[in-house]
Amino acid sequence: MSQPIIRIDNIVKRYGPLTVLDGLSMEVMPGEKLALIGPSGSGKTTILRILMTLETISEGFIQVEGEELYHVKKAGNLVPADERHLHKMREKIGMVFQHFNLFPHKCVLDNVTLAPMLTKGMARADAQKRAMELLDMVGLADKAKSMPAQLSGGQKQRVAIARALALSPKIMLFDEVTSALDPELVEEVLNVMRKLAAETDMTMLLVTHEMGFAHDFADRVLFFDRGKIVEEGKPEEIFRHPKQERTQTFLRKIIAAGHRV
Amino acid sequence: MIDWSGYIGLILQGAWVTVQLTLMGSALAVVVAFAAGLGRLSRFMAVRALATTYIEFFRGTSIFVQLFWAYFVLPFAGITLTPLQAGVLALGLNVGAYGAEVVRGAVKAIGREQREACIALNLTRFQAMRHIILPQALPLMLPTFGNNAIELLKGTAVVSLISLTDMTFQAQVVRAQTGSTLIPFATILLLYFAMAWLISMGMRWLERRVSRGLDGVRV
Ligand SMILES: Nc1ncnc2c1ncn2[C@@H]1O[C@H](COP(=O)(O)OP(=O)(O)OP(=O)(O)O)[C@@H](O)[C@H]1O
Ligand SMILES: [Mg+2]
Repeated sequence: MSQPIIRIDNIVKRYGPLTVLDGLSMEVMPGEKLALIGPSGSGKTTILRILMTLETISEGFIQVEGEELYHVKKAGNLVPADERHLHKMREKIGMVFQHFNLFPHKCVLDNVTLAPMLTKGMARADAQKRAMELLDMVGLADKAKSMPAQLSGGQKQRVAIARALALSPKIMLFDEVTSALDPELVEEVLNVMRKLAAETDMTMLLVTHEMGFAHDFADRVLFFDRGKIVEEGKPEEIFRHPKQERTQTFLRKIIAAGHRV
Repeated sequence: MIDWSGYIGLILQGAWVTVQLTLMGSALAVVVAFAAGLGRLSRFMAVRALATTYIEFFRGTSIFVQLFWAYFVLPFAGITLTPLQAGVLALGLNVGAYGAEVVRGAVKAIGREQREACIALNLTRFQAMRHIILPQALPLMLPTFGNNAIELLKGTAVVSLISLTDMTFQAQVVRAQTGSTLIPFATILLLYFAMAWLISMGMRWLERRVSRGLDGVRV
């Protein structure tokens, strides 16, 4: 039996008086594809941001590949991690954002090559070769020299995916990567994700409101509500036979709102 | 009849001093503006405090007083400056304090999303600043930097107080010697205006250069 690649142990996240994650624990196995679903404000984005070290945690521990994410051992004690430790841990993790967050002053190719060259010391030629493979994979090899402003939302998001992949992270986090897109552009991004899921053994955590996609994509679905995992299971179980009342209510609302399951 | 060519030559000599003061003062102002502006955004308290003190002090006291300190008081501390050095120092530090706030504002205007993308791509803070934040912040700074440079140009006239023979000083000399007010002051009016116009043009050219490809569109 392999070890979990991510182990989240009883973490609490507070913003002032507001408790956003309330003693959350979960484990993710290497290569697993997880879908995180749940009502607005339930903490789905927050947990991804915490894994990407964009937030801090108020309590608890997270291990990635058996190593503490937010702590380092010093003289036998666990103390908050310094910048250097975070850099080391971030190598394992990549993230794709809802609003793409491309670098507007750099062309598509440079968006993809920048981080490998800076953080891994990759030679420009190597970085470009790899970037072109990735752009080809997301169907945008012909846009390599375009500026982000010249692309559609769907194209931007595919560039953002290629950019994150260029660092070859073991874990990829996707936060509602299609929800800022016009409906007709959603499918092209989802197709790229399907391809990724089928062709790589990356561990993937996906926050989504696309229940149909979550169903096809995920090995396991986690239903979040009020900062806790209320129910989890295989997609068939969660979508067809949800046990918890809150899950049932949520899915009923989603269906009523016109989403395909 | 007055032979004006010699007097105009005097004024042109002064103009050269003014140009030197403006160029060197602006260069110093840019350096301290970035140092103090980025210093205010540092994660180290001491650096922030130092930058804030500098900015508040130089914005809160007049260029007049600063110039006198640079020229007449620093020698008591063992630092003797030529009038030109004192002028550049006072003008650069004074305008740099305003520039620092421009740098800080522009850097802060580059949103959280860009910073977070940098973290997700594992760039160091320095790399993020150098490759992502500053290149986008620079086009936002330039228009105000242009204004600051023109303010600095206009401010150079105060150096005549420490007997530096800038354009305004020479105009006064010419006026005293010829008794004519109109010609020397009309000449320096035109020269100041031409210099300010050159600064404006230069800044506009720079703006076009650094924002090429951005097209004012945020992604
Ligand atoms: N920086 C912040 N300061 C204060 N509160 C915050 C902050 N970020 C998030 N929150 C709050 O934390 C809660 C959880 O937010 P989160 O973004 O994780 O929800 P979510 O499950 O992703 O919701 P959605 O489906 O709407 O994206 C919300 O109530 C939100 O208002
Ligand atoms: Mg969210």
